Amino acid sequence: MTIRHDVVIAGGGGAGLRAAIAIAEARPDLSIATISKVYPMRSHTVSAEGGAAAVKLPADSLDEHAHDTISGGDWLCDQDAVEAFVAEAPEELLRLEHWGCPWSREPDGQVAVRAFGGMRQRRTWFAADKTGFHLLHTLFQTSLKYPSIVRYDEWFITRVLVDDGRVGGVVAIELMSGRIETITAGAVIVCTGGCGRVYPFTTNANTSTGDGMALAFRAGAPLKDMEFVQYHPTGLPFTGILISEAARAEGGWLVNRDGYRYLQDYNLGRPAPGPVLRSMELGPRDRLSQAFVKEVEKGRAIDTPWGPVVHLDLRHLGEEVIEARLPFVRELCLDYEHIDPVRELIPVRPVVHYMMGGVDTDLHGATPLDGLYAAGETACVSINGANRLGSNSLPELLVFGARAGAAVAEAAEGRRAPGPAVLAQGQDERRHLERDLLQRDRGRERIAAVREEMQQTVEQGAGIYRSGDSLTKAADKLHELQERCGSVAIDDHSRVFNTELTAALELSFMLDVAQSVVRCAWLRQESRGAHQRIDFPTRDDERYLAHSLIHLAEDGEPEVRYRPVTITRWPPAERVYGR
Amino acid sequence: MPDTIAVDVTRYRPDRDDRPTTQRYEIPLRKEWTVLDGLNYVKDRVDGTLSYRWSCRMGICGSCGMTIDGDPKLACETFLTDHRPGPVRVEPLHNFPVIRDLVVELTDFMAKLPRAKPWLVTDSDKPPPDAEYRQTPAEMDEYKQYSMCINCMLCYAACPVYGLERDFLGPALIALAQRYNLDSRDHGADERLEVVSAPEGVWDCTFVGECSRACPKGVDPAGAIQRYKVTAAKETLRSLLLPWGRR
Repeated sequence: MTIRHDVVIAGGGGAGLRAAIAIAEARPDLSIATISKVYPMRSHTVSAEGGAAAVKLPADSLDEHAHDTISGGDWLCDQDAVEAFVAEAPEELLRLEHWGCPWSREPDGQVAVRAFGGMRQRRTWFAADKTGFHLLHTLFQTSLKYPSIVRYDEWFITRVLVDDGRVGGVVAIELMSGRIETITAGAVIVCTGGCGRVYPFTTNANTSTGDGMALAFRAGAPLKDMEFVQYHPTGLPFTGILISEAARAEGGWLVNRDGYRYLQDYNLGRPAPGPVLRSMELGPRDRLSQAFVKEVEKGRAIDTPWGPVVHLDLRHLGEEVIEARLPFVRELCLDYEHIDPVRELIPVRPVVHYMMGGVDTDLHGATPLDGLYAAGETACVSINGANRLGSNSLPELLVFGARAGAAVAEAAEGRRAPGPAVLAQGQDERRHLERDLLQRDRGRERIAAVREEMQQTVEQGAGIYRSGDSLTKAADKLHELQERCGSVAIDDHSRVFNTELTAALELSFMLDVAQSVVRCAWLRQESRGAHQRIDFPTRDDERYLAHSLIHLAEDGEPEVRYRPVTITRWPPAERVYGR
Repeated sequence: MPDTIAVDVTRYRPDRDDRPTTQRYEIPLRKEWTVLDGLNYVKDRVDGTLSYRWSCRMGICGSCGMTIDGDPKLACETFLTDHRPGPVRVEPLHNFPVIRDLVVELTDFMAKLPRAKPWLVTDSDKPPPDAEYRQTPAEMDEYKQYSMCINCMLCYAACPVYGLERDFLGPALIALAQRYNLDSRDHGADERLEVVSAPEGVWDCTFVGECSRACPKGVDPAGAIQRYKVTAAKETLRSLLLPWGRR
């Protein structure tokens, strides 16, 4: 059987829901399918904590937000994309307000803004420290108003179908029943979020397995800047749960084993009692995570069973500020570390948090593959360059989710029905799933074993610091794991909610993503933002003021090309913090 | 501390089993492990066929609601050491049809959700302002706690009425309606009243308060329901006294 829609949106998180609403408003006649492997309110957007950046105060300007973003991204951002982003972010956040988002307020009732890392002005809108949660629920609940949005909750997409260079739909498994369907559409928007689970230690949800990146890559679209992986400086040891940057924006200090605010040793400014914008603890995430590694090398970190940590000190903020501005931080520390930040130091260490790279798109979310679009963390427009600033990802998924939706609504005119080739591919995929996976009776090893080896390999080869040597070793190992992935055991032959089957599919997606990360990191012989090569320690604008684009060549092998960065008004310069 | 603990997990595969059975797994007991970590240990190393939902593992996505030693809990917030010496009994959430193992069907809740009109209803004649609607912190406090619901379904599992009366809207939905009713920006209370004051709305609730006790996020659905009953009673009385219209 085949299901037909005008548009398929893969993913029901912030970007996907924003795109769906944009289409539903512009073209109520179009039938929109949102297909997600989880219920929309489970999507990883829910975990975003600190806030969403958009110019709000009279003292601020779009140019300043753009400059902060571009310098924060170590000049790898496309500046036309950044200009569009900063210009549209305020209206998107305002729209969320008009849809009911409970943004935190000033006493006079205006939306409040807070400081954030790498930002010269206070411009981060927030809903206490559960911003992503409120933003996602507001979008989801608002989306229920539109009858043209048809949800496929807990459907797992296994393939994007392409005929004659043009996208024609997807194949998906309904988890509850196990039925496998071809769902055709003239356009597919990939909004499946990030891929943090490629690494062993991540803030990301279990579901952030790079599905959309791998699906687009296999369909023929390029992935851009995959070597740029963000480590957030403050994750809880063992769990990897995020302690929001808002904790530092409200005045938290990072201290080493001697109680010393060590960031002053890393060209990030001098310590002051209160938070100083673009300085010390409010420096960018890449620089803070790199400083941690150096502290460990100097023997000034604290050893724990979960590896070295430093301390985040919030005690001087007092209970009132912590309760009002950082209640979730306190809740997480109490629940998972059994410590109260009002009285105790929080142990933290860098943790994989965000993928700057993703599916290559233009300013309207369109990929080079006709009919395929992407938005949110899955996509790379690129506004984040070599390092994303905290609180830019939520407005990004709104601005570019809406833009992708608008572009699809406009292009939907005159779409033709999918041809027989699309349906034949759908049949092929169904047979593959049924025969090769559901009936596999002699798998050789456990999914988790291959997954853990992959995660350790990527961490060791392509962590905060990489080298040609570490990357070569990682590439060889991933090649071996790719082969082994083809013969993992799937003991579960049930059709109903088969999470072993989906784990096997996710592992294969993650291996594609991991290999893209390692390959692009190996080829980029410079250090920029979150990509630090110990064998090439400086930025090289002569050779690498360019995006890497990895795609599958005709022969089925990955091939990397480069495209120059778009510079409009901010020529490359030194990144300066703390002065 | 002993280094292992037994976990008794309900298993059910509808295409294989006639009825649910219990399977015991012996797992390492570590002080930082939650029940979810224990289930992941089983899934990864012992038995790949065990099915359950999880995602954020930090108590915000609402995926991993289960019955743990008889109580509805989030598996990611329930520590194994708090259930020593074991065995820890892990069952699917009560009051829902079971799809498989620990996975329950949420179709009923998802279908009812739009009936509460959980979106801001504004005066459609007026365009939204160029700036934000003003809302003081005190005005926000009116509805804030009701906006913290993560849809984890623990309150439905705890609710004795929902177990017997499938048409009952249930605690989270009524709290959600109240979340918008109490929002100073909203004008949809009248529209929601029709649904919530219907027989399967607030009046089904016998006020045992189990929902508020089960909530892992400090939402008080029982309080929302009580408050709504007062509103609904007033409106009913008013429509009896003024049968030609409310105003």
